[in-house]
Amino acid sequence: MILRDNAIRYGFIVLLFGLIAYFAVAADGFVSPQSAVFIFQSVAITGVLALGVTATLVVGGFDLSIGSVATSAMMAAAYVMVVLGQNAVVAVVVCLVIGAVVGLINGWLIVYMRVPDLLATLGMMFLLVGLQRIPTEGRSIATGMTMPDGSVANGSFGAAFLALGRHRFDFFIPNLIPVSVVVLLVLAVLIWFFLEYTRFGRMMYAVGSNERAAELAGAPVKAYKIWAYVISGVFASIGGILLAARLGRGDIASGNNLLLDAVAAALIGYAVLGAAKPNAFGTAVGAVFVGVLLQGLTMMNAPYYTQDFVKGVVLVVALVFTFALSGRGRR
Amino acid sequence: MGNDAVFRVDGLRKSFGHIEVLGGVSLELHAGEVTVLMGANGAGKSTLVKIISGVYDHGGGSMSLAGHEFDPKTPAEAIRAGVVTVHQNINDGVVADLDVATNLTLDRLSGSGVPTLFNPGRVRREAKAVADRMGLAIDLKARISDLSLADRQMVAIARAMAHRPKVLILDEPTSSLSSAEADRLFALLDRLRQQGVAILYISHRMSDIRRLADRIISMRDGVISGIFDKKPLDYEGAVNAMLGRKIQLERIVARNSAKAIFATDGLRVAEGARPISLTLGDGEVVAITGLVGVGKTALAETLFGLRQPLGGTMMLNGKPYAPASTGEAIAAGVFLVAKDRGENGIVGDFNVQENISLPFHRRMSRLGVLKRRIERAIARQQIQELGIVCRSERDEMASLSGGNQQKVMVARWMSQAARLFILDEPFQGVDISARRDIAAKLRTSAHGRATLLFVTELDEALETADRILVMSEQTIVGEHRNTDVDLERLLAEVAGGPLHSAA
Repeated sequence: MILRDNAIRYGFIVLLFGLIAYFAVAADGFVSPQSAVFIFQSVAITGVLALGVTATLVVGGFDLSIGSVATSAMMAAAYVMVVLGQNAVVAVVVCLVIGAVVGLINGWLIVYMRVPDLLATLGMMFLLVGLQRIPTEGRSIATGMTMPDGSVANGSFGAAFLALGRHRFDFFIPNLIPVSVVVLLVLAVLIWFFLEYTRFGRMMYAVGSNERAAELAGAPVKAYKIWAYVISGVFASIGGILLAARLGRGDIASGNNLLLDAVAAALIGYAVLGAAKPNAFGTAVGAVFVGVLLQGLTMMNAPYYTQDFVKGVVLVVALVFTFALSGRGRR
Repeated sequence: MGNDAVFRVDGLRKSFGHIEVLGGVSLELHAGEVTVLMGANGAGKSTLVKIISGVYDHGGGSMSLAGHEFDPKTPAEAIRAGVVTVHQNINDGVVADLDVATNLTLDRLSGSGVPTLFNPGRVRREAKAVADRMGLAIDLKARISDLSLADRQMVAIARAMAHRPKVLILDEPTSSLSSAEADRLFALLDRLRQQGVAILYISHRMSDIRRLADRIISMRDGVISGIFDKKPLDYEGAVNAMLGRKIQLERIVARNSAKAIFATDGLRVAEGARPISLTLGDGEVVAITGLVGVGKTALAETLFGLRQPLGGTMMLNGKPYAPASTGEAIAAGVFLVAKDRGENGIVGDFNVQENISLPFHRRMSRLGVLKRRIERAIARQQIQELGIVCRSERDEMASLSGGNQQKVMVARWMSQAARLFILDEPFQGVDISARRDIAAKLRTSAHGRATLLFVTELDEALETADRILVMSEQTIVGEHRNTDVDLERLLAEVAGGPLHSAA
């Protein structure tokens, strides 16, 4: 029994370190600060999205629209700066507002219109995928592009905005840590503290576990649910800002994998430390786990097209850890 | 009498684990008679029904149908033999997305010897025959989801009757029907009774029972506690057999209260119900008793801000009190320990400590950050005061016994001072020692608040309350100080009829 408990509790962490040890031996140059930073950078955007979706999982919901919120935010940032000629601050504010508004609409659909969470956010996903193409008639946004009315867009990404994607902080080694990694770490600590240590986070878990009991304990259950979707939307839009800053353009074709990767990280997080429930720390570990695996496989020359398969396998194994082994398949 | 019994149950036993649910039940059903089965929650009614309808195996005893042994292994087998059950949840009996005709003939869609192709014409002909036999005046092409609850119920019963059963079992069929709808159901049952069907009717509603019953069987703690078949039927006797005192318990010393804390004036909780006016005093423990479905939970929820009254006013501490939400009720000092802790109380992902602190996070935190030291101290104190048996305050709820889980639910609301403390069925699924602990704690801590309990079992009211109010038909119909209670009058009020003054 104790063995089993420990297997559930530490199994995934042990697996993560085992994986790192294996790659350290098998792949040259895997253990280096640069490699570690690269892993963090590769998971920064999906990690931010995953932390947001964790909030909706905590209240017993789900948000499928995060990927399209992120790409919509990316397109909006590009449009604001390139076409409208505004500065970085305006672009960031517009993105955050988009995230919050989409979250509010999702929450409203789910709480007041009684649309099931998966369907509401799936609908929102399709809506946003279409909406983000309308202003430019389906074209990507870059400086010097021709607009539908024949004019040329002369604005450009501000240097401050691009720095979000390209600046690196010194950390023992010069130019080591990119801004996106710092953003990820800050947001991870924030949401972790919020969920674990504040009364609001505690009540969100109560809502997710037994909504009726939470209501009878005086909690405004509807408000908590809507807030969870707002958090998810805002986090997704932050991910979109980072994506735009990294690409330097509004690329209509990017961001396809965001949803899958983020959801996988959050669900893998269930298995970390035997939590058997959504949690911010687990989500962060889940994101890193996927990053380590992909980076290691890449360095061992595994072909890129096997990546999605590997992610799927990891996700399924993690779900087995969570539900079968811990015997807590209530969710 | 005995030889014309169509259906006979003899010494039926059933245990789940080491808990005996049925301890040798024997009963008979007669053709063309409605036999009403009464029993409080946990008396074993539904277990008995499930054994008869082939859902559960029985652990001992025998059943016979029309002289032959009857031992169904599956519900389908019971139906084929001629014993048909209409379960409480109406939607279990019909398929919402299909039309009435298909629903009426649904059971002929599967099984051996059924043609592979679906023939709409034949289905309609067969359905028409069933509907005519039952006098069912419902458009056969209508979709079930467009019908009222009563019509769905009729279809479910007609569907059951399409098998031409000898025995029909109805499990609380009127629990979600209005009285006009119930009248239609009764007319249908009268028709079936004339056709010679033996009907077993399970209900708590005295008005139904008075209208329908030819015989009444009372159940209590897994055994038959009374059979009543002499006309006129002894309704109070039946209620007494179902709820009455099991053992003579020590009487409590009833207290009086001088200072009113809470009062309602003309409060109405259901359409067409008479208004409720009651006053609850400081330090007083008041129990409201009554059968299931008489509006106890509706009243509790109204006081707690979960539902709005249809009329009337409430006063708390001499000021108007009209909570729009549970949050407002709690802020005003009105707490509710809801019934059915698994559904309404326990947060399964939380441990004991987190379950206790749930409603009072705001008072245990600064700038939104929970102070866990305070949370733990409060939990430990409550565990000690209520004698909750657990290893520590961090135990999972699932590892606790039912009685201790209930103590945690009570502890949750005892950790802060209440003005009006409401407990809805606090002793449900609770062993006797935990029940005594909770009751004693309620009485010793009663000072400074009004305590209001909603209980179905009379014993529970008699051993905890200073004053007992009786509820029937969504209103208060009687009041007793808990010293030398006139049990006969109390039972008559519970049974909802005029007092039979037969000595």
